Amino acid sequence: MPVIDYKVPQSVDDAVSLLEANENAKILAGGTDLIIQSRAQSSPDLVVVDLKSLPDFVSANINSEGLSLGPSMSCAEFTAREDIKSLFPGLVEAAFLIGSTQVQGRASIGGNLCNASPAADTIPALMVNNALCVIQGPKGERRVSVEDFVTGVASNCMAKNELLKAILVATPASRTSDAYLRFIPRSEMDIAVAGAAVSVTLETDGTCSKAIVAIGAVAPTAILVDAAAKALIGSKLDETSLQAAADAASAASNPITDRRGTAEFRRHVVGVLVKRAALIAAKRAGDK
Amino acid sequence: MSEVKEYKYIGQRSIRPDGFEKVTGRANYGSDLNLPGMIWGKILRSPHAHAKILSIDYAKAEALSGVLSIATHDDFPDLPVEAVVAGEGTANLRDLAQNLLADEKVLYHGHAILAVAAISEAIAEKAVNLVEVEYEILKPVLDIREATADDAPILHDDMFTKGLEEVPTVASNVAARTEFRKGDVEVGFADADIIIEREFYTPTVHQGYIEPHATTVSYDESGQSMVWCSTQGHFDVRASTAKLLGLSLNKLKVVASEIGGGFGGKTIVYLEPVAHILSKKSGRPVKMIMSREEVFKGSGPGSATRIWVKIGAKNDGTITAMQSNMSFEAGAFKGSPAMLGGMTIFTPYDVEHMYAECYDVVVNKPKVAAYRAPGAPQAEYAAEMVVSELAAKLDIDPIEFRLQNAAKEGTQTIYGPKMKAVGLVECLEAAKNSPHYQSALKANQGRGIAAGFWFNIGGMSSVTINMNPDGTGTIVEGSPDIGGSRASMQMMAAEATGIAMDKFKPIIADTENVAYNASTGGSRTTFATGMAVIEAGEDIVQQMKERAAAVWNVTAAQVDWIDGVAVNTAAENRLTAAEICAGVGRTGGQISGRANINARGAGPSFAVHVCDVEVDMETGKVDVIRYTAIQDAGKAIHPSYVEGQYQGGAVQGIGWALNEEYVYNEDGILQNPGFLDYRIPLASDLPMIETIIVEVPNAYHPYGVRGVGETGIIPPLAAVAYAVSDAIKAPVTDLPCSPPNVLKIIQSK
Repeated sequence: MPVIDYKVPQSVDDAVSLLEANENAKILAGGTDLIIQSRAQSSPDLVVVDLKSLPDFVSANINSEGLSLGPSMSCAEFTAREDIKSLFPGLVEAAFLIGSTQVQGRASIGGNLCNASPAADTIPALMVNNALCVIQGPKGERRVSVEDFVTGVASNCMAKNELLKAILVATPASRTSDAYLRFIPRSEMDIAVAGAAVSVTLETDGTCSKAIVAIGAVAPTAILVDAAAKALIGSKLDETSLQAAADAASAASNPITDRRGTAEFRRHVVGVLVKRAALIAAKRAGDK
Repeated sequence: MSEVKEYKYIGQRSIRPDGFEKVTGRANYGSDLNLPGMIWGKILRSPHAHAKILSIDYAKAEALSGVLSIATHDDFPDLPVEAVVAGEGTANLRDLAQNLLADEKVLYHGHAILAVAAISEAIAEKAVNLVEVEYEILKPVLDIREATADDAPILHDDMFTKGLEEVPTVASNVAARTEFRKGDVEVGFADADIIIEREFYTPTVHQGYIEPHATTVSYDESGQSMVWCSTQGHFDVRASTAKLLGLSLNKLKVVASEIGGGFGGKTIVYLEPVAHILSKKSGRPVKMIMSREEVFKGSGPGSATRIWVKIGAKNDGTITAMQSNMSFEAGAFKGSPAMLGGMTIFTPYDVEHMYAECYDVVVNKPKVAAYRAPGAPQAEYAAEMVVSELAAKLDIDPIEFRLQNAAKEGTQTIYGPKMKAVGLVECLEAAKNSPHYQSALKANQGRGIAAGFWFNIGGMSSVTINMNPDGTGTIVEGSPDIGGSRASMQMMAAEATGIAMDKFKPIIADTENVAYNASTGGSRTTFATGMAVIEAGEDIVQQMKERAAAVWNVTAAQVDWIDGVAVNTAAENRLTAAEICAGVGRTGGQISGRANINARGAGPSFAVHVCDVEVDMETGKVDVIRYTAIQDAGKAIHPSYVEGQYQGGAVQGIGWALNEEYVYNEDGILQNPGFLDYRIPLASDLPMIETIIVEVPNAYHPYGVRGVGETGIIPPLAAVAYAVSDAIKAPVTDLPCSPPNVLKIIQSK
């Protein structure tokens, strides 16, 4: 176990300076990944920078444009927010699946995103909502999509001296909703074997006019599957189009075989999840 | 036992006397003892599954500031090939020492090689990482097929298969062959109208006790030492530690801490002798705690098996012959429960012709340990799957089919004795009449029925009940309390003496404060230690009567003992237990009851489980939606704890059936040494496990008790897997019924 030096910055600039000044500085959100990782390896001594004392980092605001989410806000607080849930039910259900009730008291969406696990539950759900990451560095702020933010297994696009300041999610268009499903062998306390998020927009006659499909845990990063979205668009989500979307998702996946499942199994199941998530999202969109 | 006895105390659901300290966190477990000057021990474990150790260089570790002692295999004296008690069987002393700290070879990923003690955990860990070991890596043998292949790498050059007709001249990974036979199966199969044969696989599984192994050992200059540890049997820890280190038993005091589960896995030593070496060399008390990862890698799991079963029956439902060929993985050293598999596999059935061949096979995995009815869950899984399939093929209700062939009083077992009165028929009837069995299934659902048999054991127990001057008493016993046995002892002492339950305090004494007790295993404690408590209680009653007689100047025969009070009806004299205890100074000194017994006549406990599952046909995920465990307790002393045993056994068995397995890569490296990826069932995965207690008294116990701790884990494997077969309408043979495995069967239909 390494020595941990704990820092509480007074401002975002202060936090950026700490990142610049310390070779082994890491941002601490809930610590549910960072602390475990530091125990697991013969990891170097750490300087952890905890932003939870900054109010913007632990709160979520909804205005006419949409949601501005503080990256360190706990999943427990996030999932308890009815206003967020009514706008982004899929994103909330993704956050609600992380770890366990106890873990959700610490874990955050920003942490889940920055940790960039291929199996992260919230990443596909953020992707189908076109979420934007606001990154702060010494020279100011920049915005990137979630798709561009995550660059590989456990890696993101931020430089050593940058940090994630906010996650912005625009208010969904009318008759648009999302859903996230993951597959685990048990009922909780597990890590996704495969995950799928779907967002759909329905015409009044039930025709799907817009769709976004993202899949997780079946490739080095969560991926958007345009072919699956295309299969849904223009359909009334009948069995044929759903199966076409499922097949597209399976084809786009590039899973590995490990202790959590075989590649073959993951490829199949991710398609099943896309089908089921599309139906849930459509039900929600139709009810709006 | 024809008349039903009326009991005053047993059969109640009393509050356990150790409940408060456990709920408040005051109870002291294996890692809770801290001593002045104490230091920390850590173990270096093999990164390879199979390798020769060419050299060990620990100079850098020894030189690290804060390191006070180092232990290697060379610290053990030369040990003979001698059996010592280990769990519910025996282990070879030399193998045990090689398992504690490897000698010339490492035989599994995680095999302990060396231990360091230092003034802090961090320094000990750092020192372990400074040790340089040179290996010659060998090809690992990871399952029974690999181990028995013609060109298999051999784990032990000096191991020759025992039990073969011709004495082998070539070393083998097959340690032993045993067979059990009754009648002539060829005759039986010739008589059959239908025969089904299948081969089954069950994976390596861990008991999954919540508390990891932990110990604190303190050696002093006079040569006395104290071992504090989490164990199912502190007397057996004393015996094997003393043997391994060449100590006499009176030099070694072993204290059993409270224990957070064992299930057979805490019946052997892993840390205690090593900590003893470290303590002796450093002159300091040494604490060692295994991490969860070390528990998975370094302690003893349950055997993986390959079991072939062939069963024949007539069209009228009579089973004519049952045959099996079973191989059990022993892990790195011989001694799997293969023989117990052979003894139990067909024992729920009264069939004329039976034959079971059993092979004990070594592989490059941790040495297996006992796991709740060792050998029986795997063996009976294979048999029950075929029995259920036969019933279906014959279009006979699976319970009726079992009733027609059920073992009962007088049935000749395959392993020797004839059955005494047993409760299998009663369990089957209770299952048949249960609301669960009479309920209907929906689409994608399936139902499995399975029976289970386990012998149970008795063995040696010693109990002293010391009465206090105020009429209260201390029950001094030596059976670590894992499943609520203190409460049962309290109830049986009250029943035997007529003195109220809350007057007795049960304690688990260390090895110096009570005579020898065999370990808490084999479902023996409530039966055997309970029997000793009853006998000690009766001893107290006799003494109470003598003291009252002395006060009244009559003979003891003239004194009755009614509800804890001495009564002389003729003279209308009464003395309560408290009054007698207060006056012992005038009647001959203190009163204590004593019993040192070797309990015989343990009654087998049969169980029948009913399981409903629902299968997601697109993902292969299995949900257990309803489950009922029915089992014969003989007499349930504390029904809540009996039900707890049924439920716990069922849940462990469900985990075994659904998701639990050691996952190795091709190099023999364990991939899932933790509870994230070794998936035991969660509370949210399960329905409430319904229970039915059947009571067919055991004639050899004063209150009719049968052990109940183990049988409950036997039926779930087949109950769950057959329910899956029923739901997906295709046979299941290999466990676990994990989603990828089940989906593969669905897709290949």
